[in-house]
Amino acid sequence: MRPFDHQTPANAHTAVHLAAAHPTAAFLAGGTNLVDHLKLGITHPDLLIDLSAATTAAITELDGRLLIGAGARNSDIAADHRVRTRYPALAEALLSGASGQLRNMATAGGNPLQRTRCAYFQDTTTPCNKRRPGSGCAALGGFTRGHAILGASDHCVATHPSDMAVALTALDATVHVLGPDGERTIPFVDLHRLPDDDPTRDTVLDHGDLITMIELPDSPIARQSRYRKVRDRASYAFALISVAAALEVTHGVITDARLAFGGVAHKPWRARAAEQILIGEPATDDTYRLAAETELANARTLDGLDGGNAFKVPLLIRTATAVLRQLAEEPR
Amino acid sequence: MAPAGYRRGVETAITTRVDGTTRTTRVDTRTTLLDLLRERLGNTSPKKGCDHGQCGACTVLLDGRRVLACLTLAVTTHDHDVTTADGLAPDGDLHPVQQAFLDNDAFQCGYCTPGQVCSAVGALAELAQGHPSHAGDITADPEPTRAEIAERMSGNLCRCGAYTNIITAVEQAARG
Ligand SMILES: Cc1cc2nc3c(=O)[nH]c(=O)nc-3n(C[C@H](O)[C@H](O)[C@H](O)COP(=O)(O)OP(=O)(O)OC[C@H]3O[C@@H](n4cnc5c(N)ncnc54)[C@H](O)[C@@H]3O)c2cc1C
Ligand code: SF4
Ligand code: FES
Ligand code: FES
Repeated sequence: MRPFDHQTPANAHTAVHLAAAHPTAAFLAGGTNLVDHLKLGITHPDLLIDLSAATTAAITELDGRLLIGAGARNSDIAADHRVRTRYPALAEALLSGASGQLRNMATAGGNPLQRTRCAYFQDTTTPCNKRRPGSGCAALGGFTRGHAILGASDHCVATHPSDMAVALTALDATVHVLGPDGERTIPFVDLHRLPDDDPTRDTVLDHGDLITMIELPDSPIARQSRYRKVRDRASYAFALISVAAALEVTHGVITDARLAFGGVAHKPWRARAAEQILIGEPATDDTYRLAAETELANARTLDGLDGGNAFKVPLLIRTATAVLRQLAEEPR
Repeated sequence: MAPAGYRRGVETAITTRVDGTTRTTRVDTRTTLLDLLRERLGNTSPKKGCDHGQCGACTVLLDGRRVLACLTLAVTTHDHDVTTADGLAPDGDLHPVQQAFLDNDAFQCGYCTPGQVCSAVGALAELAQGHPSHAGDITADPEPTRAEIAERMSGNLCRCGAYTNIITAVEQAARG
């Protein structure tokens, strides 16, 4: 690990100015991803800007919307009564991630910005376009069980690992950002990027952009939401695939729907094509399956030394069908 | 002479309360809380299993909440309160969770045990505060069932596979 300075600015503006003045500074929140990356030698900041005083951990309400401070811990967000009742998919997504200890450390701002768990990205002895542009992609022809089936490029086939981000994508969240040029908001669905020809960039944020808050809209449908995660062991494992969904059914007909997939792409995947299929159709397994199949029509699976990731397509179709069925049959 | 581009480690003084005693140390900013405790303060109760957040052997309580010492930079614990498994038994008086581990034979080699014990203390506090888990209905008040305990303790691996008795020990401690 290379040496670095550690500073704890008292407010968000100072944190952003400090970052803007130091091109190789990094924000430190819970540290559960950044400190690991410092040890692995993936990143070499010369200044850590500790956000403990610059961001708030408060969760507040404004006109029916919920504002989650970037410093709020994952465990505290999941325990918040308003989150549990009004945005249950978010609480479920958070609780399905990592472990009790990690959730006590991980923050609302840091979680969506955690980087891929692609084993080659984490191993500095292998080629990786995300870590070292132009070096190649060791995953192609390697182990691809955890890799993407949607939106990948020849440059990178990594998946985004966050559970929380999948729920925020489905539930129409907004990110509040303070940058060197001032404040702006970004729809959560637009925060993460596809790899295209520059996999070094996970999100649309630039250096010095600080997430200050995550906003959840006043959303009746979000009360009828669920998150389901499929993984190799029952707990403390990243998703192979996951589904966040919200459904509104009136007299057996789907009147509104929100659907997002995790573990399938470089970003949490909002399943807009599937939503279009669902709305106006009878709430039946045939509808759910057709919706998921339509979303995955352009899926491109990968071969791999470990058998590849083609299993994700039927697994995701079945999981999405099951979650939507549960939402229709067992309203919260 | 140092090679070009070489940078010395950056040192800073921090004051941390460890197991009830205030400790002031000069640490390199790169030092983790785990290395501070083990290498600088001689408290070897938190263990280094993986050093990457994947095993829970380094679990301690930071301001009463369970965290991983291997992913916590020591500088961030300045002015904070750290409790290790060692500190749960001041003067050798065992904490009820520690006693429950003994009563139920909840370990074999013991390497994961200090982390398990700190994690259980944290998990029981979370249960008492009504924090939900992946094992139960998120809108209901949680009960310390075996399924709940297994889920809440999943961040602590045990190479010896003492899980069955660990769950029994935490059940006993939860009954008080
Ligand atoms: C063993 C293990 C298992 C895990 N399992 C899961 C899992 O199953 N599901 C899951 O979703 N996650 C999992 N995680 C990942 C964990 O959830 C993330 O590491 C955590 O959420 C990151 O949050 P943090 O606050 O610790 O971020 P940090 O590590 O502090 O920061 C992460 C990144 O975000 C930047 N950053 C942080 N805050 C801000 C901000 N406010 N504005 C701008 N930039 C910021 C940092 O500079 C850094 O680049 C696991 C982690 C480990 C170690
Ligand atoms: S999939 Fe992406 S992150 Fe993984 S090795 Fe290839 S370029 Fe790197
Ligand atoms: S040593 Fe910290 S989690 Fe393994
Ligand atoms: S008792 Fe040996 S690792 Fe748990």
